[in-house]
Amino acid sequence: APLKIAAEHEQAGGETVTPFSTVSTYNNYYEFGTSKSDPAENAHTLQTRPWTVEVDGECEAPARVDIDSILARRLEQRVYRHRCVEAWSIVVPWDGFALGDFLKQFKPTSKAKYVAFQTLYDPKQMPETRHGILDWPYVEGLRIDEAMHPLAFLSVGMYGKVLPNQDGAPLRLTIPWKYGFKSIKSIVRIRFTEQRPPTTWNKMASNEYGFYANVNPHVDHPRWSQARERRLGELFKRDTLMFNGYPEVASLYSGLNLRMNY
Amino acid sequence: MAQTGAAKRFDWPLLVWRAAAWALGGVPLLLLGWHVLHAQLGPNPVEFLEHDAGDWSLRLLLATLAMTPLRRLTGRPEPLRVRRLLGLWAFFWVCLHFAIYLTFDLEWSPSALAADVVKRTYITIGFAAWLALVPLAITSTQGWQRRLKRRWATLHKLVYAAAVLGVLHYIWLVKADLREPLLYAGILAVLLGMRIPWRGILRGRPLPRRTT
Repeated sequence: APLKIAAEHEQAGGETVTPFSTVSTYNNYYEFGTSKSDPAENAHTLQTRPWTVEVDGECEAPARVDIDSILARRLEQRVYRHRCVEAWSIVVPWDGFALGDFLKQFKPTSKAKYVAFQTLYDPKQMPETRHGILDWPYVEGLRIDEAMHPLAFLSVGMYGKVLPNQDGAPLRLTIPWKYGFKSIKSIVRIRFTEQRPPTTWNKMASNEYGFYANVNPHVDHPRWSQARERRLGELFKRDTLMFNGYPEVASLYSGLNLRMNY
Repeated sequence: MAQTGAAKRFDWPLLVWRAAAWALGGVPLLLLGWHVLHAQLGPNPVEFLEHDAGDWSLRLLLATLAMTPLRRLTGRPEPLRVRRLLGLWAFFWVCLHFAIYLTFDLEWSPSALAADVVKRTYITIGFAAWLALVPLAITSTQGWQRRLKRRWATLHKLVYAAAVLGVLHYIWLVKADLREPLLYAGILAVLLGMRIPWRGILRGRPLPRRTT
């Protein structure tokens, strides 16, 4: 269904937008299978209504939010680069709103140092979760200042339309300066925490996937290089940019050793 | 080989086995070519090519290794007579896989290749597997077989190393879902296990000095 978009922002340096057909058929969403084409084939079993997002933890105004009230918010479109940890990338017009604006309404307290996110876990809707390839439910997290950064985004749509299930309907994170696995899909729970929350790929292989997972061409994945990436639609690789080409987030990490905190 | 009688000229079983070996190596190539011509390689064509060539490299290597057990199980001579053909097809697919990587991932930069081979274990392993197959492809002719005599059989045991390295190369690059690479590993384990003289070992007999 088409969405009403109030404003459009091009934030990918004028780069060519990847076709919708690519972005909707080439995904990692292990709840629906581990090959890139699986999610588009299998995600139709996901029920996106009724859908509520539970927000709680270290905040003064915890709430259960209905997805329709989230969709009723003022939506903007942002064209962002998206870089997967597997060294492929895309450019996508996402529709949604700033994550920080959304989080503020729950009045996080001074103890809220991190924000934890959780994907729906329902083996009936997600048959592939029965194989136990990852530790379900899928969980992710951000430091609170990262979550409040103006670039951090919550998406309800892409290309002006409601998100396809395989791309994380009905609500997903879009953190353009981090590897794609940080941008958790199909969110059912958001929790403000004092301690750093566990994150799925970090639990799976902590030497390969860090908590921060900032796009960084100088810090390789133990098994492959992160210096270059293949933009879908192109045959040859191009150089990967520090913070995926979003240097405005660098101040979040001043004084932090990014080689240790990958 | 010299053919002696008219009856030899129509060795139908061998013809069927040869045709099957050519089909196993060649039909996937025709299909891949058809996909390329019709631009049906999906959103990441290079990855599709690389994975397809890698898959067929392993499948043909395993098929090559299946010929000796098949000879024993069926008692027929044909499996050993198509083994070289299958081995050469396997080598062709490994070379194609390697060439795609060299072209699209490294743009034929020798320094990039050196860096990958040194730093990335799964590349080191894959490269070693290719390297192990090169002398086997070169010495696959009857001339070399005659020249090397017994050493030929010893040299060609390298195919076991290449297959093990090939499967490891696959296991090493997978992120989380090991089901498919472990299937290849399982088949390889069975094929190698069938070569071990279990009965003799279980009865405590010393191993035969040479098995072919």
